[in-house]
Amino acid sequence: MESMEQVSTKPDNKKKKTKWEMLKKDLKKNKCIYLMAIPMIVYFILFHYMPMYGVLISFKDFNPRLGIWKSPWVGLKHFGTFFNSIYFKRTLKNTALLSFYSLLWGFPAAIILALLLNELKNEKFKRRIQTITYLPHFISLVVICGLIVDFTSTDGLINSILSNFGVEPTNWLTKPEWFRTIYIGSGLWQSIGWDSIIFLAALSGIDPSLYEAAKIDGAGRWKQMLHITLPALAPTIIVMFILNIGGLMSVGAQKVILLYNPLTWETSDVISSYVYRKGVQGAEYSFSTAVGLFESLIGFTLLIIANKLSKKITEESLW
Amino acid sequence: MSINESSKKAKLTRKITGGKVFDLFNVILMILLMIICIYPMLYVLFASLSDPHLLMQHKGLLYKPLGFTLQGYSLVFQNPSIMKGFLNTVFYVVVGTIISVLLTAMSAYVLAQDDLLLKKPLMLMVTITMFFSGGLIPFFLQVQRLGLRNTRWALIFPTVISAWSLIVLRTAFKKVPKSLIESAKIDGANDFTILFRIVIPVCKATMAVMVLLYAVGQWNSWFNALIFLDDRSKYPLQLILREILISNDMREMMNLPKGSAQFIQADAYKALIKYSTIVISTLPILCIYPFVQKYFVKGNMMGSLKE
Repeated sequence: MESMEQVSTKPDNKKKKTKWEMLKKDLKKNKCIYLMAIPMIVYFILFHYMPMYGVLISFKDFNPRLGIWKSPWVGLKHFGTFFNSIYFKRTLKNTALLSFYSLLWGFPAAIILALLLNELKNEKFKRRIQTITYLPHFISLVVICGLIVDFTSTDGLINSILSNFGVEPTNWLTKPEWFRTIYIGSGLWQSIGWDSIIFLAALSGIDPSLYEAAKIDGAGRWKQMLHITLPALAPTIIVMFILNIGGLMSVGAQKVILLYNPLTWETSDVISSYVYRKGVQGAEYSFSTAVGLFESLIGFTLLIIANKLSKKITEESLW
Repeated sequence: MSINESSKKAKLTRKITGGKVFDLFNVILMILLMIICIYPMLYVLFASLSDPHLLMQHKGLLYKPLGFTLQGYSLVFQNPSIMKGFLNTVFYVVVGTIISVLLTAMSAYVLAQDDLLLKKPLMLMVTITMFFSGGLIPFFLQVQRLGLRNTRWALIFPTVISAWSLIVLRTAFKKVPKSLIESAKIDGANDFTILFRIVIPVCKATMAVMVLLYAVGQWNSWFNALIFLDDRSKYPLQLILREILISNDMREMMNLPKGSAQFIQADAYKALIKYSTIVISTLPILCIYPFVQKYFVKGNMMGSLKE
């Protein structure tokens, strides 16, 4: 409904009238279609655009009784409070490191897996590996984290294996120095197969005659990979890389909330889990919204920078 | 000449053996990867079927169940909390998926129209939400303001349409032959009839993907339940699982007859219940997974391609 008004109020009076009439005609003609659009419009306004409007409370002292608009403005107070708290440096660093290491390990791993799968000659075997490596992607996060908690506990699987090598059993999830390894290692397990799909698809699009020609020229498999496969894969790699850079400063709250505890906050507490604790559990709505807005601003800036860079260097870009 | 030729031959054989070594290495690596991916689930399955006392004394990996018992499963099925969670999840999955798929199909039909005056603004409205969001807290407050907090609808309506699925479905709808739709219009069919009688049946495969995507999403989802529900009787299975697995909070779970042998050896049975619940909650996904995997892959591809 809002977008309708926007369209009609922009141009000058004369045009406006004709536009209005056109719109009326269109509404009448496509009555059924607009009727179908109502749930969608209502949904997106209620659950996407109203929350966007609700971001305003990060510049206010939100009082549920006064509502968003009438709550008093406080400028950048909440941002200041966040920047001056010990949590700012800690959560920023943890978010950056967790996402950076995830990208560092996960991104090449998916590409290498795709390349290795591509070298397999037995199609059936290849499909079987794909089926099994995609599987963890469909298992619920709660179960995955439950397994991690179980396996890393003092009397868990990992300790009982390590005890054969004389390692003292410990509860690994209470050790801050191990959190990143556990988080990223399990992340690799969850997503390596699924992330390789997009690269495999790009590989299957390569013209086989290129390989034939290379073989005639005497290029071995290594050379073929270097000079045919990788260049063909480059655009996909770049686009995926930009997308990943855009997500570099956002670590989802869910897995962290399932795995962390106060003992490991030093390395495990990220911006989103802090927002959850402050906002949902602590009811500091304005403050936590400000912290969340800070995170999305960084993410968006990173995306724009990565896109610009890639446009300059390679002509590939998202928009 | 002959020297040159023989050296060429040597090079070729080296290449071939080099290739063979690589192939062997590659196959071994892939088998190893398969084992790593599947073993954790196998371990849980074996443990859930093992005799709890043997399991407690056992050290290291399991290659088969230790002894054999279905006690864990019978304890799970007798447990009111877990069963209630299971039924709740079934409700959320069935009702949520039906509403989601219906609304997504209707919306996709609207966006797939060619000659709609408001098509562009509507499309923009959807696309923007793929890049921007208000964040967790404004979303949480909005759901609360709408009075959905602590109702079952809080797990259904706030995420009822996925913008990504909507775009994928729209792409599929756009490929439906125009002639089919035109001839139906001439016969006097309205848009609802066209959508449900022509477009949806033509796009069966993509519709199936949508159903599965929404269903698996609902089955696995837990976070919205965590922030919106206070009432334990409305908890989905995943949230109960979280209590069992992560918070290790089994007081209400155990429900063992006091003074019984099982009560005394609570620790052993705790582990058994844990593993059995994981198997039960994951089994439905594992059962349908092999059949639907390729559709998911297709869906993943459609979503990642630039338009």
